[in-house]
Amino acid sequence: MKKITFPITEEQLKDLQAGDRVLASGYLYTARDAAHKRMYELLNEGKQLPIDVSGQTIYYVGAAPAKPGYAVGPCGPTSSYRMDKYTPSLLDLGLKVMIGKGKRSDAVIESMKKNGAVYLAAIGGAAALIAKSIIKSELVCYEDLGTEAIYRYEVKDIPLIVAIDTKGNNVYAR
Amino acid sequence: MAIREIKAETVTACVKKLFMDCNYYIGDDISNAILKAREQETSDLAKDVLTQLIDNNKIAADEQIPICQDTGMAVLFVEYGDKVVISDGSFEDAVEEGVRQAYTEGYLRKSVVSDPVFDRKNTKDNTPAVIHTRIVPGDKIKITAGGKGFGSENMSAIKMLTPSAGVEGVKQFVLDTVAYAGPNPCPPIVVGVGIGGTFEKAAQLAKRATLRSIEVSNSDEKYASLERELLDEINKMNIGPAGLGGKTSALGVNIETYPTHIAGLPVAVNICCHACRHKECEI
Repeated sequence: MKKITFPITEEQLKDLQAGDRVLASGYLYTARDAAHKRMYELLNEGKQLPIDVSGQTIYYVGAAPAKPGYAVGPCGPTSSYRMDKYTPSLLDLGLKVMIGKGKRSDAVIESMKKNGAVYLAAIGGAAALIAKSIIKSELVCYEDLGTEAIYRYEVKDIPLIVAIDTKGNNVYAR
Repeated sequence: MAIREIKAETVTACVKKLFMDCNYYIGDDISNAILKAREQETSDLAKDVLTQLIDNNKIAADEQIPICQDTGMAVLFVEYGDKVVISDGSFEDAVEEGVRQAYTEGYLRKSVVSDPVFDRKNTKDNTPAVIHTRIVPGDKIKITAGGKGFGSENMSAIKMLTPSAGVEGVKQFVLDTVAYAGPNPCPPIVVGVGIGGTFEKAAQLAKRATLRSIEVSNSDEKYASLERELLDEINKMNIGPAGLGGKTSALGVNIETYPTHIAGLPVAVNICCHACRHKECEI
């Protein structure tokens, strides 16, 4: 099992191979459908994003509410393909890691190869377990979107699988 | 049979409990199937994914937190006895109040938007629910409730086959739909198949099929046999747990049928993730 950190280093990025199981620690942003749509529209209008995605990690998730005493509610991955339309623009800005579940489009995979990014899979439906790896959650922006707002998570040993590596090798295509 | 009065709050309390329970406690049928699947898997990765699901479901039950963050859109199938009167309100209002209380007080995610195309504003209490009501003889209300996540709902499909397609056509459509879905609907999945009726009836049957225990077969042996055959074929696809390969792509295939038109053979495939959540109650 490989250990990696977020933000990820260039060395770690190159070392990851499709199929590798990893434990990741560090900081990441959450964003799903509605936040991606807003960011995409900002870019199309030539405006700045509310977060600097360069070198960063985005986890496709909309957590359930946290019970009192919990850092975060259950928070498993959502289906990544719904973000495909918006993804190449973010990769061109330097986004390095995406976490979600399921297939990606050819356009996303090509952009990942061009930009040297990886796509990691979390286990869909293992939301209560995954929440144990989230130490801290803080709201960053788009509060009005509720569960779809952008949060910054501090994570410790979150279990992931390299689904698509920087060369475009893809576990779902096997 | 005398008219029976039921209070709105009784319905509300029942619905609230159904949605909280189904989101915290996975059914024994699913638990048993995942344990059995783990014994049969040969790859470490597939075993590891199933172990994570077993651990996850235990954490959810022990701590009374949702199994999955997508606690679903609330779907209810109701058999409403024709001798029942809600004495102090309306049945549907009482159901919606139960959904509202479950999702707000039970720390469930509110995932419903008011308008599908333009506004897409979160309703903030997960209402409205999708309620299918059938009036039946009697003085009881039977409710089957499920929280339907959309990772798998989005992978569902319907096709208006024609009679000459026959059982081969039905099989092909089910298998094509599951193969196309691949890793997206959180496998190992439960496949609900609705065959017959009209366009909307087939879809409703498919949803109803996902709310039946996977340990219960169709009562008609011909369809029970088709369920087993489809399950075998799906598990040969090597989609596997989490779509990462393996012998367990589906935990169960449930078929529900209805008479249909001389010109038709509608088939609907409603896919449900491994967190196939449903509970029943009778008032």
